[in-house]
Amino acid sequence: MSVVSNTTTIGSIGAPSRRNTELLMLAFAVVIPVFAYINVGLAIDGTVPAGVLGMGLGMALLAAVAHIVVRRFAPYADPLLLPLATLLNGLGLVLIWRLDQSERLRQLGQGTAASNQLMWSTLGVAGFVIVLIFLKDHRILQRYTYISMVVALVLLAAPAFFPAREEDFGAKIWIRIGSFSIQPGEFVKIIIAVFFAGYLMVKRDALALASRRFMGLYLPRGRDLGPILTVWALSILILVFETDLGTSLLFFGMFIVMLYVATERTSWILFGLLMSAAGAAAVATFESHVQQRIVAWLNPMAIFLPPEQRPDGLISDQAAQALFAFGSGGVLGTGLGQGHSDLIGFAAKSDFILATVGEELGLAGMMAVLMLYALIVQRGIRTGLAARDPFGKLFAVGLSGAFALQVFIVAGGVMNLIPLTGMTMPFLAQGGSSVITNWALIAILIRISDTARRPAPAPAPSPDAEPTQVVRL
Amino acid sequence: MNKPLRRVAIFCGLLVLALLVRSNWLQFVQADEFKTHKNNRRVEIQRYAQERGNIIVGGKSITGSAETSGSDFKYKRTYKNGEMWAPVTGFSSQAFGSTQLESIYDGILTGNDDRLFFSNTVDMLTGKDQQGGDVVTTLNAAAQKAAFKGLGDKKGAVAAINPQTGAILALASTPSYDPSKIAGNSLKTDTKNWQELSSEDNKDKPMLNRALRETYPPGSTFKVVTAAAALENKRYSSIDEKTDTPLPWIMPGTTTPLPNLVNEPCKEASLKVAMQFSCNTVFGKLGSDLGVEKMAKQAEKFGFNEEQFVPVRAEASRFPTEMEPSEAALSAIGQFDVAATPLQMAMVTAAIANDGKLMQPYMVDQLRAPDLDVIEQTEPEELSEAMSAENAQKLQQMMEFVVTDGSGKNAQIPGVTVGGKTGTAQHGENNSKNPYAWFISYAKTDNGSPVAVAVVVEDSGAARESISGGGLAAPIAKGVMQAVLGK
Repeated sequence: MSVVSNTTTIGSIGAPSRRNTELLMLAFAVVIPVFAYINVGLAIDGTVPAGVLGMGLGMALLAAVAHIVVRRFAPYADPLLLPLATLLNGLGLVLIWRLDQSERLRQLGQGTAASNQLMWSTLGVAGFVIVLIFLKDHRILQRYTYISMVVALVLLAAPAFFPAREEDFGAKIWIRIGSFSIQPGEFVKIIIAVFFAGYLMVKRDALALASRRFMGLYLPRGRDLGPILTVWALSILILVFETDLGTSLLFFGMFIVMLYVATERTSWILFGLLMSAAGAAAVATFESHVQQRIVAWLNPMAIFLPPEQRPDGLISDQAAQALFAFGSGGVLGTGLGQGHSDLIGFAAKSDFILATVGEELGLAGMMAVLMLYALIVQRGIRTGLAARDPFGKLFAVGLSGAFALQVFIVAGGVMNLIPLTGMTMPFLAQGGSSVITNWALIAILIRISDTARRPAPAPAPSPDAEPTQVVRL
Repeated sequence: MNKPLRRVAIFCGLLVLALLVRSNWLQFVQADEFKTHKNNRRVEIQRYAQERGNIIVGGKSITGSAETSGSDFKYKRTYKNGEMWAPVTGFSSQAFGSTQLESIYDGILTGNDDRLFFSNTVDMLTGKDQQGGDVVTTLNAAAQKAAFKGLGDKKGAVAAINPQTGAILALASTPSYDPSKIAGNSLKTDTKNWQELSSEDNKDKPMLNRALRETYPPGSTFKVVTAAAALENKRYSSIDEKTDTPLPWIMPGTTTPLPNLVNEPCKEASLKVAMQFSCNTVFGKLGSDLGVEKMAKQAEKFGFNEEQFVPVRAEASRFPTEMEPSEAALSAIGQFDVAATPLQMAMVTAAIANDGKLMQPYMVDQLRAPDLDVIEQTEPEELSEAMSAENAQKLQQMMEFVVTDGSGKNAQIPGVTVGGKTGTAQHGENNSKNPYAWFISYAKTDNGSPVAVAVVVEDSGAARESISGGGLAAPIAKGVMQAVLGK
């Protein structure tokens, strides 16, 4: 393995801590959403919104706490991750508050969500702080490999036992207790990454080396196929029982990525693709929910045909409304508060929040936001490259890969590039589980990057050592 | 482990690249298609986002805009005296689209027309909302009022034209409707009103623009066309020359005599006298003698068999081009399959009053930008030379004689030369329904004729015996002419 050689190139001794860079970036990450917030108020009511001071101070406070904790507990961490997350979270708050102002959504019975989201964001930052303070070293998580697996399975299976509401459009991904609901699939993203990283770290040699060569490909032994088949079956089961295409795709994709990184065997990717294609095709033939999504993906505008000409299973104009929002935004957008993305109606603040970015901030804003996500992924993978231990590498790449996949699945779905699946846009979308999970994810990446970039401790001076003498010959 | 890690990084980069490309595709390449898609409600929202430009009559707007609440459409159309002006304006409704001037000049009125691009750009740069332009019509408020009031509770229509230019002065249709009542999109009021107005069961058909879109058998008023054909084809050189018309006159190919209202004066009557007494025998025989081809040619010179665009579309009036001689005789007195819109009969009258020259009728004088710049000005245009000036003047003498000494005495205006013709058109199976009362007329001053008018009353509630063009329709025509003359 090339671990050793990389350690010397990237984790070079005396790397600057970059904490001041982070602070400067954080200032931008706070100021930009505050200006956006003022912009929305001016566009809608013609006045600076009353809550601007509270919102500005609140965000600044959260950012300051997070920064101080990073400074104290992870001084060598990557300087971009925290500002990126803060900026996206702040923009998300502004967008949700902007949609709260929509009369149309109010008439649909959607209450205000921005204050709740602010509370969740605060909890998210609190979680971030807790992770950084108590998780001194990410390798501790290695101990919980199999416990993680059990917890992940329990959490994933749980929603299937709770009744789905009608307004969830068939997806069973919530656990509801009274008015309180969580989406365990979000948390499982991290927990299952712990399991994959721990498991693969142990088994990677067996998986990589004990294989037979067949038609130029290294095929794994039957017994090593066990785990991949298990995960595959798991994701199919999620799909069938919870009709959650997105989460299923996310977990399977994450596993394939981590497996590939662990074993360096291209054959695994091929295997993974074939299996996911087979699984998806099989499920799609008998799951009407999945079929509906595909029909809506192929004919988004057919919803406007008279009912008798409409393809079967097309029930919502969401896809079409999202396309209208993107198209109407054009290159420069309508400006915050001046679009009509609320026409999407249901889920405008959650799954479809990107359509509001597209309409009100335009192509320019979309590219900027997508680049923010790309930067988070890039910093995450960079952290994986820099990490010195295989567990850290696998963990970092697993989390970053899952993050990238989630962004692709949600954004691609909203932009009708791929069939729509119900998942939230990290940080932007309304939803407590998602915000908390993603703050924890950022905290873990920061922890790994701190470990990776920390200068190697100077070797302890040996009391027995004699000063070396240079002997001239 | 770093080699596959770098490849994963590339893979993630490709995912983001795919999203970026898709975003560019949606928001740049396909943007216009979605932006203007017919199901994109933003198009409608934008339409009603600012006050609509107005339709102007005599320097005053007959429309307006009012802010609405509880809807994402900010402004809705209002109409001043909507029932009276509905045949002119049409309607612009948030829920039911728009018609007539409101529809044809929607771009100007909303401000979306390309010709307002400069004005819009200036507004955008100075931070003002987009403004709509105005449509200035040729209508005459006094004449319209006279027409509408004259029709009153009766079912009918009036069209008045300035013969010298073709400018439409009045366009009334009753029963009418108030477009304000369907301008919004409220289910409780607008939709209910709409259903009531457009219902099949509504016998009044209030939304039918009778002046332009309904065709009626013109009856005896069509005899002026037959007379024009006779003169143009040099059948008689003088209007006082006796015609070779026996009494009774049996229609060719049949055994049926054509009846007259009064018989005695019609025997061998001259054109002038035949017009005075509205002799069916004289004009019926003329029609069958002239033949279908010549009659149709004359009718078409007056605008029959063709849709007119003023610029609102007017139904094509009909004169059949193939028929039996007996049918030609009936057609020559405005029965059988002949049908004309009130506008068409006003055009016939106007052409006669304008010494034979038929002007293209129009109702929009100019289109105006919000800053009052004229975007488009309509210039009067000759549609056809319907008859020679000499023959037209002969026909004028005949029509003036009808008013002084014939059935059109009700249209006399002291001190003004008025020419006219009455009509009482039969319709229904075997003449079962109440006849339509027609009157066409023009007034003349020293500077030529300023007004020609056609009035039709389909149903007045009057007893069948008392229905006559001279009795019901002529007073309305007189009122319109007086309004135009200012007397």
